[in-house]
Amino acid sequence: MSENNAIVIEGLTKSYKDVEVLKGIDLKVERGTMLALLGPNGAGKTTIVRILSTLLKYDSGKVTVHGYDVKDQAHEVRQNIGLTSQYAALDEFLTGMDNLVMMGRLFHLSKEDANKRAHELLEQFDLVDAANRPVKTYSGGMRRRLDLAVSLIPTPPVIFLDEPTTGLDPRSRLAMWNVIKKLVEADVTILLTTQYLEEADQLADKIAVIDNGKVIAEGTSDELKSKVGNERLELVIKDSENFARAVSVLANYKFIKNDEERTINITIDSGVQEIAKILSLIEQNSVQIESLSLHKPTLDDVFLQLTGHEAEDKKVEDK
Amino acid sequence: MEETKMVGLYQPQQHSKLYWIFSDSLTFIKRSLKLIFRNPDQLIGLIVQPIMFMLLFRYVFGGAIDTGGPSYVNFLVAGILVQMAAFGALTTSYSVTYDMQKGIIDRLKSFPIASWTVLTGHVVSDLFRNFISSLILLAVAFLVGFQPTASLSDWVLVALIVMLFTFAISWLSAVLGLLAKSIEAVQWMGFLLVFPLTFASAAFAPTESMATGLRIFAQNQPVTHVIEAIRALMIGTPIGNHGIMAVIWCVAIILVAIPLCAYLFNRQVSKS
Repeated sequence: MSENNAIVIEGLTKSYKDVEVLKGIDLKVERGTMLALLGPNGAGKTTIVRILSTLLKYDSGKVTVHGYDVKDQAHEVRQNIGLTSQYAALDEFLTGMDNLVMMGRLFHLSKEDANKRAHELLEQFDLVDAANRPVKTYSGGMRRRLDLAVSLIPTPPVIFLDEPTTGLDPRSRLAMWNVIKKLVEADVTILLTTQYLEEADQLADKIAVIDNGKVIAEGTSDELKSKVGNERLELVIKDSENFARAVSVLANYKFIKNDEERTINITIDSGVQEIAKILSLIEQNSVQIESLSLHKPTLDDVFLQLTGHEAEDKKVEDK
Repeated sequence: MEETKMVGLYQPQQHSKLYWIFSDSLTFIKRSLKLIFRNPDQLIGLIVQPIMFMLLFRYVFGGAIDTGGPSYVNFLVAGILVQMAAFGALTTSYSVTYDMQKGIIDRLKSFPIASWTVLTGHVVSDLFRNFISSLILLAVAFLVGFQPTASLSDWVLVALIVMLFTFAISWLSAVLGLLAKSIEAVQWMGFLLVFPLTFASAAFAPTESMATGLRIFAQNQPVTHVIEAIRALMIGTPIGNHGIMAVIWCVAIILVAIPLCAYLFNRQVSKS
């Protein structure tokens, strides 16, 4: 463990039959920090997590977790990781308590420790009231929390969270975020995958944007946002004649247009004044617009900026 | 979350690999046994199935089939016992597919343990379930006129053969569970395996009454040997080579199915 990096990925490639899923990934995660892998479905996020957690063999490259080689030292890697996958991997018919104690025993804690740890985690994750109910009666948010709790039983130094909030309602998502934030404070190294820019922004120290099996951007959330702009103004123009005029009027601004839908998306870098200026330009040139709206940057914006195509275009299943 | 030191708080115990294989198997066996009682569907199946099978076959076919000797009830019990054991042993296949679909097997594979021991849990719980079902079945059989001639040692042999047979089919069914992509798929796979084997056998009618092709199959397939061996022990029909053939078949199935399970279980790692 000479390095200061808990996770090191170099030149990682993986193909399923003739589909190239990972096309040479290089990533490093510093000890005690969180990296978010941000990307649409099919980008290869889950594949990376499955390789890191020794569940999947890769074609070429070098991958180490906590100083151990994922291929040659799988057992040592497994002793140092916690995995929370996309679907809460719990036994539905057992209670929350039973699940935790069973998993604790499988992590080879003594009976006493397994029980003690289960109680601690139920407390931490606000599941004490539901401890003795079968998991099948749990809400989506409760399942995810219990699932995360299971991967924390052996207090591993490295944790993989694969889309921990996908499909959760906003309140459960917030609760989950709070739990995850505390983990980072506690010096755990975390690799999180997400489709939500906001989530990566809220939680991670660094973000790597993945598209089509490649890392297309990497940096802190501020660095990424400066590329994308803080907000964008979307104008829908009335007809094609007005649209042409609008495009020429706004020539000095950074924008992305869609001729068919007659939309213009302008990146707003300096706030309200800039918006006011744009609107008065529109007004002065009597461009007729159908609607206007202001958007926070989304994954789509990152993708539009970085790749020129929308995130939704991907059809390949992320498996 | 009060404490901030979260890494390395709990240390796993240190024991030999073999110790953990037993210990982890035991953990999984406990889990699977709990599931029987926590899952009402399993519990109802466990109790209702033997009663229903026994009564239906006894009274629907009872008058129509000529056994060429023993009364139909006496003839039937061995067949139903084995058929029920075979269907009961399919529970492992559903459980294994369920664990795969739920991501439980993936999670277990990310643990530093011999994760295949999860299969042992399901297989052993089939043994337990079939044992209970068999007792219920026999109780009902006695109520509808079953008059066995078996001695105590014969009964012990019957129990051993039924367990061995269940164990073999359970491992086969673990293979199906690992191959199937969905619960629906594993259901028809199990059905295709067990239905012909139990019906094209000596379970419900003497094989002598069947057409030539079918008869040759029925007389030589493993389920018939198991049934005839049990029947012989219970009501004193001639045992012939059925006892030894039953044991050979079961052991052979086990010797093939377990390594196959190990292979399929590990192959999952590299596959998807």
